[in-house]
Amino acid sequence: MLELNEIQKSLLSEVADMHGVPQGAYNIRSNSQSVGRASTANIEVLPREDGQGLTIQVQPNTKNESVHIPVVMSQSGLKELVYNDFYIGEDADVLIISGCGIHNTGSQDSEHDGIHRFYLAKGAHVRYVEKHYGSGDGAGKRILYPGTEVYMEEGSSMEMEMLQIKGVDDTIRTTTAELAKDARLVIRERLMTHGDQRATSYYTVNLNGEGASADVVSRSVAKDTSYQKFEAKLVGNAPCTGHTECDSIIMDKGRIEAVPGLVANDVDAALVHEAAIGKIAGDQITKLMTLGLNEQEAEAQIVNGFLK
Amino acid sequence: MLELKNVSFRVSDEGQEREIIKDVSLSIPSDKLVVITGPNGGGKSTLAKLIAGIVKPTSGKILLDDVDITDLSVTDRAKAGIGFAFQQPVRFKGIQVYDLIRLAKGEDITLDHACDYLSAVGLCARDYIDREVNNSLSGGELKRIEIATVFAKGSKLSIFDEPEAGIDLWSFQNLIKVFEDMRDNINGSTILIISHQERIMNIADEIIVLKDGQLASYGPKDEILPELMGTAVAYPECKKGGAGKGDDLC
Repeated sequence: MLELNEIQKSLLSEVADMHGVPQGAYNIRSNSQSVGRASTANIEVLPREDGQGLTIQVQPNTKNESVHIPVVMSQSGLKELVYNDFYIGEDADVLIISGCGIHNTGSQDSEHDGIHRFYLAKGAHVRYVEKHYGSGDGAGKRILYPGTEVYMEEGSSMEMEMLQIKGVDDTIRTTTAELAKDARLVIRERLMTHGDQRATSYYTVNLNGEGASADVVSRSVAKDTSYQKFEAKLVGNAPCTGHTECDSIIMDKGRIEAVPGLVANDVDAALVHEAAIGKIAGDQITKLMTLGLNEQEAEAQIVNGFLK
Repeated sequence: MLELKNVSFRVSDEGQEREIIKDVSLSIPSDKLVVITGPNGGGKSTLAKLIAGIVKPTSGKILLDDVDITDLSVTDRAKAGIGFAFQQPVRFKGIQVYDLIRLAKGEDITLDHACDYLSAVGLCARDYIDREVNNSLSGGELKRIEIATVFAKGSKLSIFDEPEAGIDLWSFQNLIKVFEDMRDNINGSTILIISHQERIMNIADEIIVLKDGQLASYGPKDEILPELMGTAVAYPECKKGGAGKGDDLC
């Protein structure tokens, strides 16, 4: 495929499940440069003038097409800030696969800060998958500070899957969304931290139009001495419904902080927050042990299932 | 064959020693379906947990096919051939029914094969195989999935702790059929069921009565069951609250 070494190919496989040139529109960014790009008749992928990011335009009524925009970094000490803007036309229905993989074997920190802005026109639907992954045994950290802004017009909908399962030392994820009438936003975050990693997620969803709805659910596991913070704020400015949930497992000396935030500015705003943090239940481990698994295998199965 | 030799189990309760199982000795041969019954609080579930290794005896020995398993962990006993269906099945967020059956089987199995175990416990496999084993399942559904995992494991000794508890009448009728089928296909294994239900005792080869942590009687069903009928130990289906604890079936 493209001119990538085995490490870069492995990162692409981890973050975007890519084993070759993807179908449809794409841009592959490797060590701060675009190493492959394609547009389709309905999806235009254009570099920004400063070279640090993309403008992606999806034509109205585009159906069943996808955009892949993975980022891989294998050079220690790189630090980049990239802006990607997505304009999704009316009634379009697309899948966007993002994600960032950092392989750091050096002593300097590697950092990718990606700012994604989504503008969904009326009736548009987007499924967005963003996966973070870190590898390499260097003392330099693997750092990701993603920022996501979502602007949703009437009747549009978006499902976001945010996954970070392994190897990222420091993350601060900031996501904000503005929802007009009947817009629907669903966010599913899956997060695992280990070692002394830190991960913070801030979500702020403004439900501005009648019938707008949001469902933000985080499932996470904190192992070793890692720390996570989940702060989800729903603001109901109209008759709307909103639900946030933080469901977490702590292991070893892991720490997790869940901070609910509900603001109802309209009497017909119905907002709910749920949070549960605890260790793996002993009877879950016992049950799997009666099937022949040892304690470590049982824990691994429970964690894998929880984050699936 | 399962043997218990002078098994006792004591716990410390608010500073006071309490003996839950008192010097129980018994042998349960292969090819038998045996029901353990007795009044609530008599030590039945504790005895089942002692056999599965979930709790360890204070004194005494447990042998499976002449091998001392007293000091084996739950995992090692499972590998030695003991299966255990919990009275209150455990829920797991994220783990699907298919995952649990695959883990019970101990190897990768096809979806069709996994579905066979669900069908055997009267569940429409297609509707359940992808379900998460979480709060979305009813008590009866969970119970049957729990039994399916023990089927899938295929043990020398399968223990079922009050399989009828918490399930509805329809599920109970179905359950009897499940255990009848198990009895017909026992093939050298042993099935041990803790139950108060007359209809389950009726399909047993032998019945053990445990009272106050002690063996009150043990013998062929035809001898023991008539003694129990009419006592608080055996619940005919339409007396004393029916099939499930707290269910009102009459």
